[in-house]
Amino acid sequence: MSGTVVSQSIAPGAWREVALSDDEYDLIVEKLGREPTIVELGMFGAMWSEHCGYKHSRPLLKTLPTEAPWVLQGPGENAGAIDIGEGLAVVFKVESHNHPSAVEPHEGAATGVGGIVRDIFTMGARPIAILDSLRFGPLDQPRNQYLFTNVVGGIGGYGNCLGIPTVGGELFFDASYNGNPLVNAMCIGVTKHGTLMRATASGPGNLIMLIGADTGRDGLHGATFASVDNPEASHRGVIQVGNPFLEKLLLEACLELLEGDDVVAMQDLGAAGMTSSVVECAARGGVGSEIDVALVPRRETGMNAYEIMLSESQERMLLVVRPQGVDRVNEIVHRWSLNSSVIGTITDDGMVRIKDGDLVVAEVPAHLYTDECPTYIRPKAESAKVIAARSADLGDVSDIEESEIGEILLQLLGSPNICSRRPVFQRYDHTILTNTVVGPGEGDAAVIRVKGTDLAVVISIDCNPRYCYLDPRLGAAHAVAEAARNVVCSGGKPLAITNCLNFGNPQKPEGYFQLSEAVGGMGDACRVLGIPVVSGNVSLYNESADGAVFPTPTVGAVGLIENVDRCATISWRAGDIVALIDGATPQIGGSEYLSTIKGRTEGSPPPLNLDREKSVQDIVQEAIADGTIRTAHDCSEGGLLVALAEMAIASGVGIHFDEGRPESVGRLDARWFGEAPSRIIVSGDATSIESISGRCTVAGVPFIAIGTAGGDAIIVGESVRLSVAEATRKFERGLFDLS
Amino acid sequence: MTARAGVITFPGSNGDHDALYAYEHVVGIPTRLVDYRETNLDDLDLIILPGGFAYGDHLRCGAIARFAPVVAPLKAFAERGGPVLGICNGFQVLAEAHMLPGAMLRNKSLQFHCQWLHVRVESNHTVWTSNTNPGSVLRLPIANGEGAFFSDEETLDRLEANGQVIFRYCNADGAVDDASNVNGSARSIAGISNERGNVVGLMPHPERACEAFLGGDDGLKILRSALNAINVAV
Repeated sequence: MSGTVVSQSIAPGAWREVALSDDEYDLIVEKLGREPTIVELGMFGAMWSEHCGYKHSRPLLKTLPTEAPWVLQGPGENAGAIDIGEGLAVVFKVESHNHPSAVEPHEGAATGVGGIVRDIFTMGARPIAILDSLRFGPLDQPRNQYLFTNVVGGIGGYGNCLGIPTVGGELFFDASYNGNPLVNAMCIGVTKHGTLMRATASGPGNLIMLIGADTGRDGLHGATFASVDNPEASHRGVIQVGNPFLEKLLLEACLELLEGDDVVAMQDLGAAGMTSSVVECAARGGVGSEIDVALVPRRETGMNAYEIMLSESQERMLLVVRPQGVDRVNEIVHRWSLNSSVIGTITDDGMVRIKDGDLVVAEVPAHLYTDECPTYIRPKAESAKVIAARSADLGDVSDIEESEIGEILLQLLGSPNICSRRPVFQRYDHTILTNTVVGPGEGDAAVIRVKGTDLAVVISIDCNPRYCYLDPRLGAAHAVAEAARNVVCSGGKPLAITNCLNFGNPQKPEGYFQLSEAVGGMGDACRVLGIPVVSGNVSLYNESADGAVFPTPTVGAVGLIENVDRCATISWRAGDIVALIDGATPQIGGSEYLSTIKGRTEGSPPPLNLDREKSVQDIVQEAIADGTIRTAHDCSEGGLLVALAEMAIASGVGIHFDEGRPESVGRLDARWFGEAPSRIIVSGDATSIESISGRCTVAGVPFIAIGTAGGDAIIVGESVRLSVAEATRKFERGLFDLS
Repeated sequence: MTARAGVITFPGSNGDHDALYAYEHVVGIPTRLVDYRETNLDDLDLIILPGGFAYGDHLRCGAIARFAPVVAPLKAFAERGGPVLGICNGFQVLAEAHMLPGAMLRNKSLQFHCQWLHVRVESNHTVWTSNTNPGSVLRLPIANGEGAFFSDEETLDRLEANGQVIFRYCNADGAVDDASNVNGSARSIAGISNERGNVVGLMPHPERACEAFLGGDDGLKILRSALNAINVAV
């Protein structure tokens, strides 16, 4: 079958246009034993990009724990999968779409959602929920306002049309994200073990089919573009355009296709388009593949092989199909009003061969694109600026007066990083699919029931980038702990995480330091908490003219509730005793309070005792699972008083906080607004609270009853008396007052 | 004899499985999805047009769906008095197909809007509200971008006079006020019926409000009402 590879000479330095270094180009020539063709060069550029090749992250990611008895699929596939019992698997992954969103926020965010949803149904799972983690520069700048509004619109426009509920997420503002917003989307799906699909091509002679949208010139070089600094300097042509209507048809068609056994592998066309799907499918299966680009349906005339191989047109899917199954595939795909084409075959020679009619335009062993992609361990050094910020003496921060507590509480409730996210989540359909038990704003994590069972899946996505900036190792461990803690507070037993590593340029020593430290901290936390990493994504080079973003290792955690009736929200009932599982001492270093009220991003983030954290999480998860309590909320940004106010606002019921407790922690501001992990507020009747108290005693975890829920005000001794209505107004107006 | 429900799937419908689940597993009657190309609906006793984005909402919500092959037999079914419920996008399709008067405009916020809210029952003289009491308040979710009901004043007066306005947005106490009219609908209208009362369209989603642990089950009152009309035991 092999013909003569077309020879074209590569202009000197042409490889730099596809973001390959001189050394990398030399390596390609050495491995091939000849100069690559233009098409091969483009394919290498895409496959050896940071986005596809994980050049800087792969050696680090290898250190993460990825195994547990319930893990069905770890990293390396389109998404991870875990066993939730009853023969069912949950499939999930988070992915970034930062660079496209920085340039064209609506389409960038929309296609980010489209891409992650495709990753889930490519695995044969029906998507049941979306979450997103968004970070922008402050909204007082018009550009940030524009990015924010359009990213939210793009996510909603795509997810709403697909009919997948967006049930949670996070939103954080900081000047480090000026010009480089972070848009991370997570999707979760459910399938039966038997229909879990993999993108591993097998069976020489099987046919390669392309279904879904036609191929255009949109998104050319998207993967490469995501791997360079300053995307704004590039042009808009590389941004993909999404069509959620088409994706909905593709979703239904693919799930129907997988009910039979004609399809042996499925791989969506995402970053690096056809190149990556053809190469990865073949490489995973240890087989070869041969396709003819002339058979690819196009939406534009005059496209050449290079453009077809690197187009990132959305809503396309590659199938490997048994020859006798083609008719059935065609029948289903056409019934969903989509196109299908046989474009090639699986071979046994391990080569990825691209033909354009009779002409062979690329012929390279699949593993050269994947396994032979060079990896780098770079010099690392922590930035002196960060060391100084972390070591700053916070003793000179003036403490607050008793009389100021109420006013500061109000300020924090209305501040950008704490105020209500309702204006955002109301733009997302979060009730469709009729599974949303605990939705956005109602609990620390979303609770999604699994139809046909008593089970529910619990999902949260978290990262405190300020902690990660001040101490990447500790901050990343906090991200894992907080995501798991949030799952626990809604009643779930955390089972696994997915991660999205958003960092700056790894070729700068301070950038590589942040990346390597954060991965280390993430691994530490995962090991102690017993939760493996089953999927993830890396987005580097998140830098603009102003420098790198805060290191942001976003963590999406997934947990399980055995009995959907036993879950928790942050709402209490009048008469409840309110208590604090008080596993750590709050402090102001790295806190939202210190940044928002005092204008300082300084100090060390709070220490994290992972064993203590595990004890606290176990107590709360078990107490919700056995029906003891139905209310739990962790103390995160804004500390204890903000957490209590959030509970009062959510339930419409006030709290009377008993004076003098908890035990003084020295500074007033640390006591009320300081932050620490391992602290969870619970509420319930006297018997329930006594039960929790007993469990804490056994585990050696400090526990204190702190007040009673009731009335219409948040009352703290003599110093604070704030009506729930006023707190609610301030909280709900927060994002509006910024815009 | 057992009643049999049908839920029409247009390309881009996405609430079809929710309506199917509500009728099959909660109401408990045999239910099937109806492909938009079907032309024989004789096996069905009631028909739902679900929420979603039929044909991607291209051109205008419901504007292409009205030409789908299933619409002609659907009209015939309705003319025979068969119960038809259009939910959200299904309401938009019914309006475009002229099976109900009026049209839907962009929400007053110009944005997609999803939340639980309240509607007041204005009439129980329809097939779809016979299990409810006039003046009672139902808690239901909405999720739409084009949910502002609009019609000329003359038509609105006629709808009011005929008792065809069947749901209005209200607060938790049943008072109709501007703040509760989140879409900006004419006269706070959330749902209407045809003159005969067998065809109803509403923007809120009763099929999403069928199980208490998901936030409420008031929607069941609407879904079950139709069973009275076809006079069968469940």
